[in-house]
Amino acid sequence: MPAPAQHRLIFQHIDEPGYSNDIECYLRNGGYEVLKKAVTQKPEDLREEVKKSGLRGRGGAGFPCGFKWSLVDRKSGKPIYLIVNADESEPGTFKDRYIMHQDPHQLIEGTMISCFANDVKQAYIYIRGEMPEGARILEKAIAEARAKNLVGPNILGTGYSCEIYVHRGAGAYICGEETGLIESLEGKRANPRIKPPYFPAVLGLYQCPTIVNNVETLCHVKHIVQQGGAEYAKIGTPGNTGTRIFCVSGHVQRPGYYEFPAGTVTMGQLLNDVCGGPLPGRTFKAVIPGGSSAKVLRFGERYKGKRKVGTDMVDYDWGVEDVPMDFDSLAMIGSMGGSGGVIVMDDSVNMVEALANINAFYQHESCGQCTPCREGSLWMKKISSRMVHGEARKEDAALLKSVADQIPGRTICAFGEACSWPTQSFLIKFKDEFEGYAEAKKNLPADRLSLV
Amino acid sequence: MIAAPKPDLVTVNIDGVDISVPKGTNVIEAAKLLQKDVPHYCYHPKLSVAGNCRMCMIEMGTPAFDPATKAPVIDPATGKQKINWIPRPQIGCGTTVSPGLHVKTSSPMVKDAREGVMEFLLINHPLDCPICDQAGECKLQEQATGYGRGYSRFIEEKNVKPKRTQLGPRVTLDDERCILCSRCVRFSKEIANDDVLGFVDRGSYSTLTCHPGKKLENNYSLNTVDICPVGALTSTDFRFKMRVWFLKQTNTVDIESSVGVNAVVWSREGTIYRLTPRRNDEVNDTWMPDSGRILYKQVAATDRLTVVKLNGSDTSLDIALHAAAALLKAGSVSIVGSGRASVEEQFLLKQLATATGAQGHLVARTATGDKLLISADRNPNVRGALVTALISQLPCAELKQLSREIDEGKIKTVVSHGEDLLAAGLTAAQLAKVAVIYIGTHVNATSAAANIILPTLHTFEKAGTFVNQQFRIQKFYAAVPAPQGATNDLVVLAKLVASTGTHPPASEVHALWPAIATAVPALSTMLYKNIPDTGLLLDATPWAGLPFVEGETLHHKPAAPVAAEAARS
Repeated sequence: MPAPAQHRLIFQHIDEPGYSNDIECYLRNGGYEVLKKAVTQKPEDLREEVKKSGLRGRGGAGFPCGFKWSLVDRKSGKPIYLIVNADESEPGTFKDRYIMHQDPHQLIEGTMISCFANDVKQAYIYIRGEMPEGARILEKAIAEARAKNLVGPNILGTGYSCEIYVHRGAGAYICGEETGLIESLEGKRANPRIKPPYFPAVLGLYQCPTIVNNVETLCHVKHIVQQGGAEYAKIGTPGNTGTRIFCVSGHVQRPGYYEFPAGTVTMGQLLNDVCGGPLPGRTFKAVIPGGSSAKVLRFGERYKGKRKVGTDMVDYDWGVEDVPMDFDSLAMIGSMGGSGGVIVMDDSVNMVEALANINAFYQHESCGQCTPCREGSLWMKKISSRMVHGEARKEDAALLKSVADQIPGRTICAFGEACSWPTQSFLIKFKDEFEGYAEAKKNLPADRLSLV
Repeated sequence: MIAAPKPDLVTVNIDGVDISVPKGTNVIEAAKLLQKDVPHYCYHPKLSVAGNCRMCMIEMGTPAFDPATKAPVIDPATGKQKINWIPRPQIGCGTTVSPGLHVKTSSPMVKDAREGVMEFLLINHPLDCPICDQAGECKLQEQATGYGRGYSRFIEEKNVKPKRTQLGPRVTLDDERCILCSRCVRFSKEIANDDVLGFVDRGSYSTLTCHPGKKLENNYSLNTVDICPVGALTSTDFRFKMRVWFLKQTNTVDIESSVGVNAVVWSREGTIYRLTPRRNDEVNDTWMPDSGRILYKQVAATDRLTVVKLNGSDTSLDIALHAAAALLKAGSVSIVGSGRASVEEQFLLKQLATATGAQGHLVARTATGDKLLISADRNPNVRGALVTALISQLPCAELKQLSREIDEGKIKTVVSHGEDLLAAGLTAAQLAKVAVIYIGTHVNATSAAANIILPTLHTFEKAGTFVNQQFRIQKFYAAVPAPQGATNDLVVLAKLVASTGTHPPASEVHALWPAIATAVPALSTMLYKNIPDTGLLLDATPWAGLPFVEGETLHHKPAAPVAAEAARS
């Protein structure tokens, strides 16, 4: 079955010739019309539309956005803050950067609508430290929007006022974790907070109720308000509404970003039809479907079970290529849709070395608060690096797996899972390769690229 | 008395045993009530919950309710309400009790989680226990033994970090031993109000340090050493001096102010090595000022008085007491007691005053309080002198009345119990006009001018009680023997009383107490041995109207508004 056509909703204007990131261009293309419409509506009605849309967060966890908004403590009398999580740091993910660089006003419009819907007077865009250009563009875009009375005091004469501030991180992955981000925004070290009691919806930024949404999620809000929640929910599949952006990187002919109605494209269609298949003479070996922390899938393995289609339970028997690229299907087969960063590895990749690379990243990004993640991530990195650069032992495979098993579910934030899932899944699916690495290493070409 | 309202109780089930605990209690404290150990590092009962060490993980379940009807779901197998067990371990410190909460503190899941955390904590730990001061009182040692696997799978190189950072004048940090529990960081911020500590770098390379340009030099810095669960923060004074398992622990009370911080003296073979705080939730929680900890150095100070003197010449105690008796019998005696003396000593001094017809005085010692554990009144036992009726009014910093009486020639002999009369406002000329009997521990201007010197004991060498600012009577015990030549204050005072022809009740603390209980109304219901180690509150009503100098401290709020401290000091 050929892949369905792309549905460019969020990425409608990305890389469009002649489209620029200034407000004039955005206005020419119908920009801010939705905001103008939204501010005439009741905030609770807007929230209801978002609930109806079934929108799930695009930052990685896929948490229902309307539900998240409904958890906000609106009775405390404290101000409600909205934070745009623009800390896009998950390796393999590069969708938010495109939005901010090429279509910043879409984000600002979505943010302003979301602020209005939640009675937010102050919003922050927390942008990753490594994106200075994005920060500059956003600053400029906000200034432009303010000049047009779309951001700031008394927006469009409605009496509603809201400011947006851009805050740059200092380059830490953990700042993408919402409570770590809040700590960082407060000027502190980005150690994620314990939940309970510090749920952002109740005790977030400055101990006030806070909404933290991903860049793409807020862009979707604009389209939901534009079309109506029910209409938006028709895009995609039930439970996975709207469009999904995939950032495909690695060993395919045409890596890049692709936007489809959620759940309508399978892994096989995405990699073979859309991305042109493996490089000449190569075959696919493995794919990580949702950013590098997602569990790896091995080509050739089968996933069997029962799933709900409509109201019926039907059997499924999928290969990697058959898996629909939606949150629920990927979760069913033991991985996750995550941030949509699809990392493809072909048969030229040695999985031990690939894991050594991933482990080095997560070790470097652990905040160091919780013992299992802090010590486990470094230990796994030390083992996998030693295997690659020094002596590899057969028992290292079992040791790596065992170390990884001591981490997830035992930490304050989800970084414990993020740093251990790669090792767990690599060791389950490519155990032979790890156990035989000492032997295999002898035959590797001496001039091969060394790991950084 | 109005009965305190009963706290809301919540019934929880820990390892199959139901227990009712106050609402808001966390699982670690609830389990402690059942003698169940939930091992932990970062959790401290007097600090905020950080939840980062992950050692206190427990298995937890809540009673099941039907989502539609809200009715309890009954497990047909047991006939009891079904428990929904959470499939992953939860932290005991961050979990407060809820009705019907079920907890397992030693299930296979818990055991596995603890073994994992123990292994992780040890892989980059230097394991230099043989040279570590914490050895013997190290949570890492104890819990590795209790909850670890007992072997290592780590063959990589350990992290290297600074081994001897001076965080401040009294605290030395070994970063390699640090398990990043952040207790010290939270203490500095939350209790000492001196937010100078923090972590730099990330992950396993995180390193405890002071903020640039800052030092850990507040007067509570050594508490970070106490609460450090490992040997990372060490007392520069105690470092490498002595193994803790050789040390004898003796309960004492901090003598530097009227707060009466509960403390422990750690000694071996007559030598004191350190002082640490002792928990008393009504007085000092688990904290103690640094300044109170160095007071043990007074014990072995070179200016200790150890020789009985009569008119400048060495003599025996009996001869000196004989000479003193003559002076006392001659009349025109004045007695200067001490707010640093024990209740028992003040009681005997009062007997002496009665026997000689002398008036008792006390010297006030005030300075600004720190609002925490050092009060404005730097005498530990002014209230003891009030209770024993040695004095009836609050003392002044200067002995103006005595000064006047000496000038008027009404006084011929002054007995000073450890007080330097020159520092208390008398002049050398005035002292020259009278005979001075000095009963004390250290050399000062008064001892130099005294006709009779009777060397006595330091607080750490004797037993007794103090009454603190809350009118809480608290006990202290003798930790080390007295130096040769010094005699217990009670013995000296009893002999002086006897020399006046009055029969003294006793010269030893326990034997003295029945007499104290008979004579002192506020103490009528107690005996020394019956006073608990955390003290006993006395009825302060008779002294309620006195203008005490103390402001607010950690667990003391003055009953009446206090006159400005600065005006008094």
